Amino acid sequence: MLQHSPPPEYRVQQITEEEVRLKLLGNWTLASTIPSLDPIRDLLDRTALRSISFDTSELKTWDSLLPVFILRLIDLCAPPAVELQFDGLPAGAKNLLHLSCSTPPKPLKKKPDTSFITRLGHTTISLVDKGEGLISFTGEIIIACIQTLNGKSKFRYNDFWNFIQSTGADALPIVSLISVLVGVILAFVGAVQLQMFGVQIYIANLVGLAMVMEMGAMMSGVIMAGRTGAAYAAQLGTMQVNEEIDALRTLGISPVAFLVLPRMFALMLMLPLLCVYADLLGILGGAIIGVSMLDLSLVEYFEYTRKAIQLDQCLQGLIKSAVYGILVGYAGCLRGLQCGRSASSVGQAATSAVVTGIVLIVIADAIMTFLFNFSKTM
Amino acid sequence: MTAVITIDNLTMSYGSDIIQKDLTFTINRGDIFAIMGGSGCGKSTLLRHLIGLHRPRTGTIYYGTEDFWTLDDQEQSLILRKTGILYQSGALWSSMTLADNLALPLQQYTNLSGSMIQDIIHFKLSLVGLKGCEDYYPSEISGGMRKRAGLARAIVLDPEYLFFDEPSAGLDPVNAKNLDELIVEIRNSLGATVVLVTHELHSIFAIATNAVYLDAEEKTMLAVGSPEEMLNNSTHQNVIDFLTRGEGRRRTSS
Repeated sequence: MLQHSPPPEYRVQQITEEEVRLKLLGNWTLASTIPSLDPIRDLLDRTALRSISFDTSELKTWDSLLPVFILRLIDLCAPPAVELQFDGLPAGAKNLLHLSCSTPPKPLKKKPDTSFITRLGHTTISLVDKGEGLISFTGEIIIACIQTLNGKSKFRYNDFWNFIQSTGADALPIVSLISVLVGVILAFVGAVQLQMFGVQIYIANLVGLAMVMEMGAMMSGVIMAGRTGAAYAAQLGTMQVNEEIDALRTLGISPVAFLVLPRMFALMLMLPLLCVYADLLGILGGAIIGVSMLDLSLVEYFEYTRKAIQLDQCLQGLIKSAVYGILVGYAGCLRGLQCGRSASSVGQAATSAVVTGIVLIVIADAIMTFLFNFSKTM
Repeated sequence: MTAVITIDNLTMSYGSDIIQKDLTFTINRGDIFAIMGGSGCGKSTLLRHLIGLHRPRTGTIYYGTEDFWTLDDQEQSLILRKTGILYQSGALWSSMTLADNLALPLQQYTNLSGSMIQDIIHFKLSLVGLKGCEDYYPSEISGGMRKRAGLARAIVLDPEYLFFDEPSAGLDPVNAKNLDELIVEIRNSLGATVVLVTHELHSIFAIATNAVYLDAEEKTMLAVGSPEEMLNNSTHQNVIDFLTRGEGRRRTSS
C-alpha cells in the first residue's frame, strides 16, 4: 500500500523577493527517497533569499525523513544568512529538530598518531609493561608458593581436586584420539622409508622413541594449551570483568595463591600422567600400522619397542611434560589476570593464552632437548 | 484510546517453574506503560515474551488484532521491524562503532543510500545528545552514554513500539532524570507506544501513564492502571509497599 502512496515532494512558493514557502506534500517516510535540494540551491544562487517558511497542510505522514531533510536544508542555507521559520512544521518534527540542535557536538574522536616514532614508542612502552607484568606475576607465584608451603596462605583443595578432574580425566578422550593418530601418522611416514631398506621392524623403535621423548609430551601439552589454558584464561578473565578478583584483593587475599596455584599445580601433576597415557596410545597407533601394513606380529612390535626405549628417555618426556604443564597454566592464568574489563577482552585473553602457551612449549622444548643432549655428552 | 498490545491470560515459565500466571491487560497507543514489581518477579521475562524472545506457556499476546505467537516467522519479523528495544546494558555491539551500531538496522530493513543512512545516524545520535560520537566504540564511552546510544539504535527505524529494560538502572539521578525526559520527548515526537520495565519509583511516577504490578509471591499481577490510581486505590499491601518504599500510604500522603 505504501508503494502506491504519494511520494515526498515539495513545491516552492515565492511569497516576496526575499521569502519563499515550501509546501510539503505526500508521505515523508523512510520508505521513500528524500527529495533533492537542487531547486533551493538554484534559488539561493539566483536570488537574494532571506527567509524560508513551511506549509504542511497537505503533508500526509512523516518520520525521520522529514527532520533529516530539514537538517540538510539548514546545512545548505547556513542560518542566519537565510532564516528558517519552523512554525509551519508538525509539532513532533519541531520538537525533534529542537532536541537535535540543542546539544553541542562532542569533540570528535582523535585519530591515532601513526608515525613510525610514535609506534616505536608505544611498542617499547608496551613491551616494558609486559615485561614488568611477567616479572611481577612470576614473583607473585613464587611468593604464593612459599606462603602456601609455610601454611601462611590458604590453598583451595576443593578447587584443586576439581581442576585435577577437569585437566586430567576429562581430557582423556581428546588425548586418546590425538595420540593414536600421531602414532599412526609417525608409523605411516616411517614405514614408507624403512620398507625401501627392508628394515621395517625398526618402525617400532621410531614410533616408540618419538612418542616417549617428544611427541607424547608435546601433543598433550598442545592439547592442554588449547583446551585448559584457554579455559583458565576465560575463567579468570570473566572473574576480572565481574570484579571478583578486585573483591579478593580488597579482602587481602592473593588472587595468585587463591586462583592461580590450584590451576597450575593441577596441570603440573596431570600433564605427566597424560603424557604417559599419550605415549602408550601413540605406540599402540604405531602398532596398528606395523601389524596391518608391515606384516609384523604384535609381540615382535612391542618387544622391539621395549628394547628401544630406555628409562632416561621416558624420564626426559615426563620432565618435559611437567614443565609444559607449568607453562600452560602460567600462560592461561597470566592472560586471564591481564584481561580487560569488557566481554571482548575475555575472548582476546583466551586466544592469547593459547598462542602464548604453544610458543612457550616450543621454546621450552628446544631448550630442554639441547640441555638433555648436552648432559649426555658431558 | 486504542489498544495496541493486548496480553490475554498469559502464563510464563522457565521449564516447569511458573514465573507469572493469568496476566491480562492492555497497552494503549501513546502510552508510557510501566511493568513494575520487585526483583525477580518476572518483569524482564514478560518483556522477553513481548518482543518474541520467549514463547508463553499459555495465553496470547496481540499486536493490534494479530496473535503474535501464532504468526509465522516472516509475519513476526514484520511486527518486530516496528519495535525498538533498549536493553539494560545498552547491548551495543562492542566490535562496531556507534555509527555502525545504528547503521546495521537501517541496512537490514531499508534501501536507503549510504549518505542518507549517515544523515539519519547523525540525526539520531544528536537526538540523544551524542553528536560527534559516531566513531567511538562502546568501550570508549561512559555507561550513561552507552544507554543513550542504545536508545538511538532503538529509535533508528522510527518504531511504533519502544521497549525499555530498566533504562535508568546504573545511572546517577541527574542522568536518570535526563533519560526519562528524553523518553517522553521521543514518545511525543515519534508518537510511539513505550513499554518500560522498571522498579525506579521516580521514573514510574514521573513518566508512566499506565502500569502493571507483578508480584513475586503471588506469581501474578496484583494491580493495573495509572501509578497514582494504584497508590490511592489499591487494596493490596504489596502494591502499596512497593509504591511507598514500604512506608505505607498514609505516611507518604502526609
